[in-house]
Amino acid sequence: MRPVAPNLVIGLALTGLVGAMALLGAFWTPYDPLAMNFASRLAPPSWSYWLGTDEFGRDQLSRLMLGASASVKISILTVILAISSGTIIGIVSGFLRGWPDRIIMSLNDALLAFPGLLFALGLLAVLGANENGIILSLGLVYMSSVVRVVRGTVLSLREREFVEASYVMGNSLSFTMRRHILPNCIAPLTVLATSMCGWTLLAESALSFLGLGVAPPMPTWGNMLAGSRSFLDQAVWLVIFPGLTISLALLGINLLGDALRDRLDPRMRRRVG
Amino acid sequence: MSNPLLEIRDVTLGIGRTGPKIVKGANLAIAPGEIVGIVGESGSGKTMLGRAVLGLSPAPISMTAGEIYFKGAAYSGMSEPEMRALRGAGVTMVFQEPMTSLNPAMRIGRQLEEGLELHGNIGRKERKARMLDMLRRVGIADGERALAAYPHEFSGGMRQRIMIASAMLMRPALLVADEPTTALDAVTQRDVMDLLVDLTREFGTAVILISHDLPMVARYCSRIVVMQTGEIVEMGETAELLGAPKHDYTRKLLASLPMRASARALPETRPIVSVEKLKVDFAARSGLFGRGGVKHAVRDVSLDIRPGEVLAVVGGSGSGKTTLARVIAGLTGHQGGHVLFNGHGIRPGSAGYDDYRRNCQMVFQDPFSSLDPRMKVGALIAEGLQALHDVPSSEHAARVEKALESVALNASFASRFPHELSGGQRQRVAIARALIRRPSFVIADEAVSALDVTVRAQILKLLADLQSQFGFACLFITHDLSVVEQIADRVVVMHEGRIVEEGSRDEILDRPRHDYTRRLLSAIPVLDTTPAGGVELRWRTELGQGAKAFAD
Repeated sequence: MRPVAPNLVIGLALTGLVGAMALLGAFWTPYDPLAMNFASRLAPPSWSYWLGTDEFGRDQLSRLMLGASASVKISILTVILAISSGTIIGIVSGFLRGWPDRIIMSLNDALLAFPGLLFALGLLAVLGANENGIILSLGLVYMSSVVRVVRGTVLSLREREFVEASYVMGNSLSFTMRRHILPNCIAPLTVLATSMCGWTLLAESALSFLGLGVAPPMPTWGNMLAGSRSFLDQAVWLVIFPGLTISLALLGINLLGDALRDRLDPRMRRRVG
Repeated sequence: MSNPLLEIRDVTLGIGRTGPKIVKGANLAIAPGEIVGIVGESGSGKTMLGRAVLGLSPAPISMTAGEIYFKGAAYSGMSEPEMRALRGAGVTMVFQEPMTSLNPAMRIGRQLEEGLELHGNIGRKERKARMLDMLRRVGIADGERALAAYPHEFSGGMRQRIMIASAMLMRPALLVADEPTTALDAVTQRDVMDLLVDLTREFGTAVILISHDLPMVARYCSRIVVMQTGEIVEMGETAELLGAPKHDYTRKLLASLPMRASARALPETRPIVSVEKLKVDFAARSGLFGRGGVKHAVRDVSLDIRPGEVLAVVGGSGSGKTTLARVIAGLTGHQGGHVLFNGHGIRPGSAGYDDYRRNCQMVFQDPFSSLDPRMKVGALIAEGLQALHDVPSSEHAARVEKALESVALNASFASRFPHELSGGQRQRVAIARALIRRPSFVIADEAVSALDVTVRAQILKLLADLQSQFGFACLFITHDLSVVEQIADRVVVMHEGRIVEEGSRDEILDRPRHDYTRRLLSAIPVLDTTPAGGVELRWRTELGQGAKAFAD
């Protein structure tokens, strides 16, 4: 047994913390995150309000916890949508080649060339600024990079001798794809998926910041950060804690992604003696 | 030796001061103008010894004991500027990979000139004259054009000639050539070596030729040094060392040279594979919009393979031999003619397609890329059974174990990943995978080219044994005629997409008719065993007529 990599431990700890916070936040918070209490508005961190309160006197810890469940749900669903649709399109494109590939890739490149956030904004205007709208539009934006990565991997894999060996054995195209091509796409996809989790968290924050995300009073990390900017000089904790949460969550996810990639690759598991 | 040019005295190379030793106590003296060969397999330390002679041991490796003297001066006493002056003008090197040892972003002229500028005060005109003269000597007629060209514009053989020119421009006293021709095909290999030897003889340059190819070394070197796991195990005059080897390892190396097996008589039967007037074209694109040129990879090739027969297809790179194999394996389409397997077409949907897929298997050249890196050996081999529905999955494990046993690997290998195996073991796994279905026809595409000499001999023997045990027919694709000698019944020689000669193995090897075949043959030796347990090498001449034309 080889020693456990530090990035796996730290990554697991950080993502575990965020996950636990999101899970707990969905059922229980120390205070009602939506209840206003003007008596204690803009209170600094203290024993009763660990992370202070906002301009309406709402407990920031409670809001961060509820916001975690919203943000985590959005980023996970977005990544699942982008990876699954992108993988299917990428594999089809890489395997068929010829004109289907050319059409798919031209459309995909057009998508890629468009600034992602701008495109998501446009889609949100059509789909409506709510959770489902954000997931759909961000999923579509990020799908194009998944398509690129998967298609490239498939193109190089299909020329490898073990894929040819599979044909010579009489295996069908779909079997070869499931058995040899897909598993070998996992490593690049894990890396992409984890960094995409990060992008989604950021993009969701940015969209909320612009007022196009989840509508207040429902908190997300992004709209908490956005709302706090007018109180920067009076209540710096309102910026620090959501910002810190986002950064730590991103760090954890990225470390976990690195560690997972190493773990999932059999070549990294045991070395030739 | 009274006055050696280079003397290696008790040299030990190690990783760090205390780490493992790469070379252990090597002693070797080289006289001016002498050509000495160092042979050994990968990991024997021969390359590191060569690097040490240049004073260029790569980072963690250093000389932990002993001394190297060049014209009597000790390396340890030289400053870095003195060492630099020694390299280039005194000792220089030609590497294995001409593609990576020439800078792809620099014109040939710049790269050649660099050395001349560094060593010695020569005027611009004089430099150019010297470069043109040297290029002419290495067989590049249009020197002006070559100087203005980039490395990628030349073939592998040409690039290696340029490397030699660049090394010899300094007129060094000693040239270290590390596997200088390994990346080239047999005929080019011989041309380049001839050139290297002629040129160094003319300038009186001594050569240390490092290679795993014993016959090649024997052809050009007056003395041979045999290395095994960091030690010099035997050293001697070429003929003496080959004729009466003293060390076990030398004997093992000699025994792994391909000897001709006795010819077999095969019954006249209906062919299992028959190829008729096969034509394969590739669209050769040029430029951005590709004005569709066509490359004819295979032209009008017809051949039959009978059940149980081993047919070798021989040719240089670009001869179309691999394309032919891929068409028969169903991996590449064809534009004309047809391929029949047991009398039926091989396209999906044709009457005998199931029979064809079941019975036609392939072993690929590169055992590092022909096994899926994410699957364990057991699963890889079992895959051959899964596509057959008549073997119940409960029997798979037992069949896999049997298949592993037949390629001399024990059952514990089933739970390993390909990256945990050596090249030879991987190729055994690839063979087990191809044979688990008991196919009646196997295609081996350069199946042993990527392996070390002794491993190559083992795998060839394994293939030959399995072939006689299971009786499958085999199409053996190779550029190496010495492999043919060992296992083929019949030989087809391909050149530029066509079959130029075809016949039984003994006919082709002893009475070649076509010029191209003769050129191929002149690159490999005829081996005669000596009473002392060694071998004697004889070389066929390229121009010779008939069987008994040998060079002295």
